[in-house]
Amino acid sequence: MSERRIRVLIGKPGLDGHDRGAKTVASVLRDHGMEVIYTGLHQTPAMIAEAAAQEDVDVVGLSILSGAHMQLFPKIRDELTSRGKGDVLLVGGGIIPHDDIDALEADGFAKLFGPGTKTTDIANWIEEEMKTRFEKEGDEI
Amino acid sequence: MSTVEKTSSDPRALWEEALKGAKQRDVDFTTLSGEELKLIYTAEDASFSEREDLGMPGQFPYTRGVHPTMYRGRLWTMRQFAGFGSAAQTNERFKFLLANGQTGLSVAFDFPTLMGHDSDEEISLGEVGQVGVAISSLADMETLFEGIPMGEVSTSMTINGPAPILLAFYIAAAERQGVPPEKIRGTVQNDILKEYQAQHAWLVAPEPALRMITDMMAYCSDNAPQWNTISISGYHIREAGSTAAQELAFTLANGMEYVRRGIAAGLDVDEFAPRLSFFFDSHLDFFEEICKFRAARRIWARKMRDEFGAKNPKSWMVRFHTQTAGVSLTAQQPENNIVRTAYQALAAVLGGTQSLHTNSMDETLSLPTEKAVKIALRTQQILAEETGVANVIDPLAGSYFVEEQTDRLEEQAEAYFKEIEERGGVVPSIESGFFQSEIHRSALKYQRAVEAGTKRVVGVNSYVEEGEGQPEIDIHRIDPSVESDQHERLAALRGSRDSAAVESALAAVREACRGDANLQERFVAAAHASCTLGEIAQVLREEFGEFKEPKIL
Repeated sequence: MSERRIRVLIGKPGLDGHDRGAKTVASVLRDHGMEVIYTGLHQTPAMIAEAAAQEDVDVVGLSILSGAHMQLFPKIRDELTSRGKGDVLLVGGGIIPHDDIDALEADGFAKLFGPGTKTTDIANWIEEEMKTRFEKEGDEI
Repeated sequence: MSTVEKTSSDPRALWEEALKGAKQRDVDFTTLSGEELKLIYTAEDASFSEREDLGMPGQFPYTRGVHPTMYRGRLWTMRQFAGFGSAAQTNERFKFLLANGQTGLSVAFDFPTLMGHDSDEEISLGEVGQVGVAISSLADMETLFEGIPMGEVSTSMTINGPAPILLAFYIAAAERQGVPPEKIRGTVQNDILKEYQAQHAWLVAPEPALRMITDMMAYCSDNAPQWNTISISGYHIREAGSTAAQELAFTLANGMEYVRRGIAAGLDVDEFAPRLSFFFDSHLDFFEEICKFRAARRIWARKMRDEFGAKNPKSWMVRFHTQTAGVSLTAQQPENNIVRTAYQALAAVLGGTQSLHTNSMDETLSLPTEKAVKIALRTQQILAEETGVANVIDPLAGSYFVEEQTDRLEEQAEAYFKEIEERGGVVPSIESGFFQSEIHRSALKYQRAVEAGTKRVVGVNSYVEEGEGQPEIDIHRIDPSVESDQHERLAALRGSRDSAAVESALAAVREACRGDANLQERFVAAAHASCTLGEIAQVLREEFGEFKEPKIL
């Protein structure tokens, strides 16, 4: 089995200052042995994508509570793609109505986590997904 | 036989005997903040002096309340925070709330406004009108208050970094309604210190931000004496994850810092301190919250009189607004949030709040619908008019438990004041990330307790309904046309105003940044000249520099 550590970027797009969730998830993912980079607040889509490319992460997790997710999330996905990072595991969370979750999950987002989600469930889900991905990569090599 | 007879005369010994081997439920009996509690409190736990520690309502140290009659004289103000979409849409919601018996207005702004950006700046994309109303200019403020007499209504504006600019828009809008500044009543939150600590909507670095605040205090002392210049806020500190003791301690530490700054700027403490007000969270732990409110009044009174030498009793009083805890609401089984909110509202009233916002049940899903807002307001009205809790002042005083916990919170706050001082004060502790780390640590501890099941949340980790999917609840959405309409309004404004007047007003702001002329006066002049929020804020960013968030993760 690969000992490769999962590299995660936690991003806070937009002007929203609510970072309790983002910081909590970042800490919990770290406890699960992942390497976590937290962008800090008030990031543009380009800044987040640039950081993801620079740090060569496997996972990008976005947190937003401002209601701007339908504008900012797809933009971040596009910015990632234009930097050759369209294949990252893209996840998110925040105050996001169910219809929007469905729309984003049909449009490049692997999973959106709503309020009340256990952080350990998020960590376990990412571990499972990445295990599959790493195994596939191993097969290709 | 004889030993039993001997102990039976002592209730305490008998009770202790009965406890031996008695089963207790296997759950966590600590407070929401994780504080250990005894099974019972007795006279041995609470050693308070009626005269020194409690006093009577309206008397130092105000533990029992700030007014001699409290709610028999006047009920708390029912002040529901509202704002979304365009100024015209929020104006309609305000009129709806006033028509339903609300007694004061409270404005929520969108993120671009909170961060000092115009609706048409690139960074505002997707955020315009989302979590509050978009106000980019005097014209927007005039629309917001159209048909609402600004000389009669009291208005609270939740704005911090750019608060002096929004107050300038408010003053200018009132003047255009024919209402002079001395007639306006209300509050700007304007508590920049807790922005760096918890809420994160700042404009410039701490030192120049504090200078803008002292300029506002000086301006209002002279021109708008009924305006409360700072609402020193624990709410956001708590919502970001702090404990009750941290909320209390950090809020009052921030308050004392504003007082020090005012005094250092040459203001008389008794001129500005009576217009400082407070804003606290009312969270789930019923008694801990009540004790927090009581402790806040007592600590502030002691500090203001004994450390800052304030002579006016109004300077000693903590008058406060309360909001129920947004973070306690669950997306699961959202109707349960009505019940949570009602208990929290009761704690706020038993703690002697001056005004109250009750959250709506649907706020973990989106902005509240009209129906949800109405239920939240009715919750307060039922409390005020049906339950009888407003009939007697501070009814829990003298309870061994309540007095002991009030003391405990005061002691914990004092320990934090000492630590902050040892760290060089409030601003250095912000720059080093001390507050932010403390809050993060508490948030993480609580989250772990919820996930471990030691702290219970109904619908989330207990009484979970299987197969629970999308809640059957309406969603309040902001029409994307709000953003494009704002762009058009701003384009029209920029095309029609006197650009020479704009340039000269902005130059006057820049000049005041470099010297020591009162900035607030220049902001009011810039508002009248139709300078936009983003334009004025940009001058401040250029002159004062931006805040760089310390890394704590």
